[in-house]
Amino acid sequence: MGKIVAVTGNEACAEALKQINPDVCAAYPITPATDLMQRFAGFVSDGKIDTEMVLVESEHSAMSACIGAAAAGGRVATATSSQGLALMWEMLYIAAGTRLPIIMPLVNRALSAPLNIHGDHSDGMGARDTGWIQIYSENAQEAYDNTIQAFRIAEHLDIRLPAMVCLDGFIVSHSIERVEYIDDADVKNFVGKFKAVNPLLDLDNPKSYGPLILTDMYHEYKRAQHEVMTKVPGIALEVAAEFEKMTGRKYGLFETYRLEDAEIAIVVMSSAAGTTKDIIDQYRDKGVKAGLLKPRMFRPFPYVEIADALKHLKAIAVLDRADSFGGYGPLFSEITGSVMSMDTKPPMINKIFGLGGRDYLPNQAEQVLDELVKIAETGKVETIKEYLGVRE
Amino acid sequence: MTTKPLKLRELAKGEDRFAYGHRMCAGCGAPIVVKQVLMATDYPIIASNATGCLEVSSCIQEYTAWKIPWIHSAFENAAATISGVEAMYRSLVKQGKIDDKQVKFIAFGGDGGTYDIGFQSLSGAMERGHDMMYICYDNGAYMNTGIQRSSATPFGANTTTCPAGDVIPGKLQQRKDLTRIMAAHDIPYVAQASPGNWMDLMKKVQKAFEIKGPKFMNIIAPCNRGWRSRTDDAITLAKLAVNTCYWPLYEIENGVTKITVKPKEKKPLTEFLKPQGRFKHMFAPKNKWMLEQAQGYVDAQWERLQKEAAAGEAEKTPEE
Repeated sequence: MGKIVAVTGNEACAEALKQINPDVCAAYPITPATDLMQRFAGFVSDGKIDTEMVLVESEHSAMSACIGAAAAGGRVATATSSQGLALMWEMLYIAAGTRLPIIMPLVNRALSAPLNIHGDHSDGMGARDTGWIQIYSENAQEAYDNTIQAFRIAEHLDIRLPAMVCLDGFIVSHSIERVEYIDDADVKNFVGKFKAVNPLLDLDNPKSYGPLILTDMYHEYKRAQHEVMTKVPGIALEVAAEFEKMTGRKYGLFETYRLEDAEIAIVVMSSAAGTTKDIIDQYRDKGVKAGLLKPRMFRPFPYVEIADALKHLKAIAVLDRADSFGGYGPLFSEITGSVMSMDTKPPMINKIFGLGGRDYLPNQAEQVLDELVKIAETGKVETIKEYLGVRE
Repeated sequence: MTTKPLKLRELAKGEDRFAYGHRMCAGCGAPIVVKQVLMATDYPIIASNATGCLEVSSCIQEYTAWKIPWIHSAFENAAATISGVEAMYRSLVKQGKIDDKQVKFIAFGGDGGTYDIGFQSLSGAMERGHDMMYICYDNGAYMNTGIQRSSATPFGANTTTCPAGDVIPGKLQQRKDLTRIMAAHDIPYVAQASPGNWMDLMKKVQKAFEIKGPKFMNIIAPCNRGWRSRTDDAITLAKLAVNTCYWPLYEIENGVTKITVKPKEKKPLTEFLKPQGRFKHMFAPKNKWMLEQAQGYVDAQWERLQKEAAAGEAEKTPEE
């Protein structure tokens, strides 16, 4: 068993990257991910790891250099947040379309304008369709564990796709929590040696990366990319099972909390799930059959599995820490996609909460549960989409 | 690795590392530039390529003209992309995971991908000191998208986004002098070359590959579609660009400027402009001022370059 430490989410992710010792890391500072990368750079400067740092002049170049490095044939990592991810946007698609297993902690932060440095999921949700695997973490322990597992999933020879490990800006990235570290040797052994596929550095077998492919085959390439994504959940579960054997910590495609016999449930990702669980406990004590579902893997999204977990409910609230202006929240849209396959569809509501780092408070969870109790009784939804904790 | 002799007979025997069958236009200068660069050396080379004519025409679906490892990722990032490849090479060599085979790294980009959208990525990579060479094939406009103005487009040129119209007679600004800007990065080697002077070009490539650190070469690449010139005029125009001092051949090695090929007789700029349809309107009587302004700019630039070269020469001569 590894040692137990009191660290921030950023520190935990930096430790995971240190233990994995990637060959190249290209990065650019941005709040709140800066702290993660500067800790990592410290390990490099102190000679604790072999990583070559490429300290670029923008996030666009960070992802471009990661793409070059990964195509060259080695293990590559970076980290970013918010505007940084937005500036990378073009290159995110290219990393995925080129099937390069780059790992990136994404310290979730709001997008400008107005400028805001605090946590919400707007950045990650904007990258939903880029072809990256997206794993969301509730706390520092999960961010650490997910980072380690992400390498195994992304680098799996049946997958070879980039993955971002998401953690809530400041709430997780900068809060000190109890984290159980895994021994260096165990991490190294778990992640294994990097296997290069068609590396540019194989001079005897020159490869061309990044061809032009037009109407005759592009469509097929994109379908193939989707098909690869569909293999991710299976591999992620295999990796999680192995991880559980090593650490005793269990991971799935999503987590359920007191959901099996629940009548109403909240679906929410990341740190807000922790607060919600506490309130659910209080409501359970009062005799209200409430439960929670916390998606861990947002891309690929496990529609069928989630539908199965939610099918017995009388009312569902989906809490989104991101918005789609003029539409429903992005998580809500996915859950309605899941519910579509059910014979009887439970009534659903969508709450937008915590934008730009606005605190998600226990009374907001109570408000949602109270509303769900009413909906479960009457079967009637008054307003589908509303904002929690808005100052009027 | 020895520097190979630049004898035509020997060079002709070597294997083309940029193969025929690519789909560049007939008479295009860019593939000539690429061939000359790759032919100049026997070092193993890995190249990146900015989106553009060269890229879209050299690797289509399962076909590639590149016999060297090659990567294209996007338009504005050929320098950042190759810097990642180079960093991985250094990392793996340092860790003993691969042998050091003295691999050389090149980024190829057109003027749009270099002067404009890729400028930040280029500047960053040069500052970081990667052991790489950036080669800009400069045809003076966004030719791949249909001859739009770039910051490399020369004064007066008629392009599709600055057409020579009744009120605005083509591009009204001088071109950005990127070679000097790259020299201002204080990198060990910066040069300007022309495929019309192949020996000079190849010598520069050879010299650059013996220097560790970031290098930049700006190479003129005539484009008959955009220049509205004859398809068999690429080399003639590449030579005229040099002999009119529109495109002087020089290098700046560790801050010291040297003119590598001095025209025997500096020809009037009109000899370079006249065969190109993009400058046709400048020869109308009412636009005489344009020809004068273009010539004035070339003269001033040439004057300054000569002064800088003289200063460089003085620096080399030991004082008595």
